[in-house]
Amino acid sequence: MSTIALDRGMRHGFSLAWRGILKIRKNPEQLMDVTLAPIIFLVMFTYLFGGALAGNTDAYLQMLVPGIMVMNILQASMTAGVQMNTDVSKGVFDRFRSMPIARSAPLVGAVLADIVRYVVCIVVLLVVATIMGFRVQTGPAELLIAAALTILFGLCFCWASVFVGMLLKTPQAVQGMMFVLIMPLTFGSNVFVGTSTMPGWLKAWADISPVSLLSDALRGLLNGGAIAGPLTGSLIWMAGAVAVFFPLAMWAYRKRV
Amino acid sequence: MALAIRAEGLVKHYGETKALDGVDLEVPEGKVVGVLGPNGAGKTTAVRVLATLLRPDAGHATVHGHDVLKDPRAVRSLIGLTGQYASVDEDLSGTENLVLLARLLDFSRAGARAKAAELLEQFELTDAAGRAAKTYSGGMRRRLDLAASLVGNPSVLYLDEPTTGLDPHARNEVWAVVRKLVANGVTVLLTTQYLEEADQLADSITVFDHGRVVAEGRPDELKRRVGGQTLQVRPTSLRDLDVVYRILGDLTGSGRPATTTRAC
Ligand SMILES: Nc1ncnc2c1ncn2[C@@H]1O[C@H](COP(=O)(O)OP(=O)(O)OP(=O)(O)O)[C@@H](O)[C@H]1O
Ligand SMILES: [Mg+2]
Repeated sequence: MSTIALDRGMRHGFSLAWRGILKIRKNPEQLMDVTLAPIIFLVMFTYLFGGALAGNTDAYLQMLVPGIMVMNILQASMTAGVQMNTDVSKGVFDRFRSMPIARSAPLVGAVLADIVRYVVCIVVLLVVATIMGFRVQTGPAELLIAAALTILFGLCFCWASVFVGMLLKTPQAVQGMMFVLIMPLTFGSNVFVGTSTMPGWLKAWADISPVSLLSDALRGLLNGGAIAGPLTGSLIWMAGAVAVFFPLAMWAYRKRV
Repeated sequence: MALAIRAEGLVKHYGETKALDGVDLEVPEGKVVGVLGPNGAGKTTAVRVLATLLRPDAGHATVHGHDVLKDPRAVRSLIGLTGQYASVDEDLSGTENLVLLARLLDFSRAGARAKAAELLEQFELTDAAGRAAKTYSGGMRRRLDLAASLVGNPSVLYLDEPTTGLDPHARNEVWAVVRKLVANGVTVLLTTQYLEEADQLADSITVFDHGRVVAEGRPDELKRRVGGQTLQVRPTSLRDLDVVYRILGDLTGSGRPATTTRAC
């Protein structure tokens, strides 16, 4: 693809992202899953498990917040597929398709608009965590990097959700399918508990799962500790997710519309 | 005369339904062709094929020489489409809808705003410009949809039942807009259920039924007789004669039309 075509594609993507952001502004209840859900998870797990797992809730909170960030971003990225699925069946999509715009622009636009949701998600989570007693042990630069990394993770993995969104017929089916995929992915990790007491097969997976690796990288960034290893691992996962799911999403989208 | 649209042998089947069953269609540059036909005749399907939204099972079509299947991008840069069902974003306001489309068509920010304002004015939507499209009445939505299809100054315009659901005033407005576009050299393919509309706007009329072209007529073949109108149509095939009778009867509401049959 020539750079001019790429540039136009990006510009169209940005215009459609603007549409997505306008829609979020008009229906703020769309942000429920990135505002209320993180708060509920954080409060529930901290006070339910904290005492039993870490002796006290404060220590558990320090370990839980980075993992919860990953979990919630993954859940927030699930919406991309549901939304695309709803969108392509609407008349306005016919109009986009009858215009000379880049094929990928509607997908890119939807995913870019999702950044807003991810930012809201991370901010809400960190504010509530801070109120509950969570403290960043490092500095503001590390905090920013951690937030950016989490958002990037969402942007990479949301292509899986877009793929499923283009493959399945109804938004409900997409929602159900993504739930089934994301639940084991988040719980089969070190987000809530260390992996040492898990059975061998589960531990083997949980130690290399993208959720665990990013959680560890974020723990390193926010609490201090090893960063390089888990960071490299999670970046590899992200690159892999884009390499696999972006083409799949494009393929399914082309077939769908 | 150069052809803006040329379709040959278009076929599209949905299971048993033959939405298009070998349709030929030619629209000369700068002319208005009206496609007339009852519900389910295949009008929308034909428009969707010609607008690159639907891949036909067989046949091919070109718009200004560009193949709709091989070079859809070139076709898309020439066409404007007002589909049968409103294709505006319900959550966005009239202005936002049009600005978005203008931006997607590479207008500058200021250019997009100006174009949106101009079209909203033209379609008498300025008062509602800031409101979400979902609060618009059916007719307002239809007008916004029409405005949306004109953002890119298309040279070929598809209008799929553009005035269905419009009140007489709005309908006349749409007709006036179409006439103005045609005066500026735009080619229009118009589908309609109303003989009157085709009569008012079209240079030539093509009648569809069950996915086939069953008759073609020209306005200079429309004769006016005292006490009524005569539409002269020539079936493309003799075995369609009965179908043509039925459709014309339905459309004119006058039962079986009086006919003369001439061998040719
Ligand atoms: N996606 C589809 N799946 C199955 N059948 C379809 C589909 N689209 C169209 N059809 C069928 O194809 C036939 C032609 O439909 P089309 O929409 O082109 O008719 P039309 O002339 O536009 O009718 P109307 O005046 O009601 O708009 C109909 O019988 C319709 O049921
Ligand atoms: Mg139709």
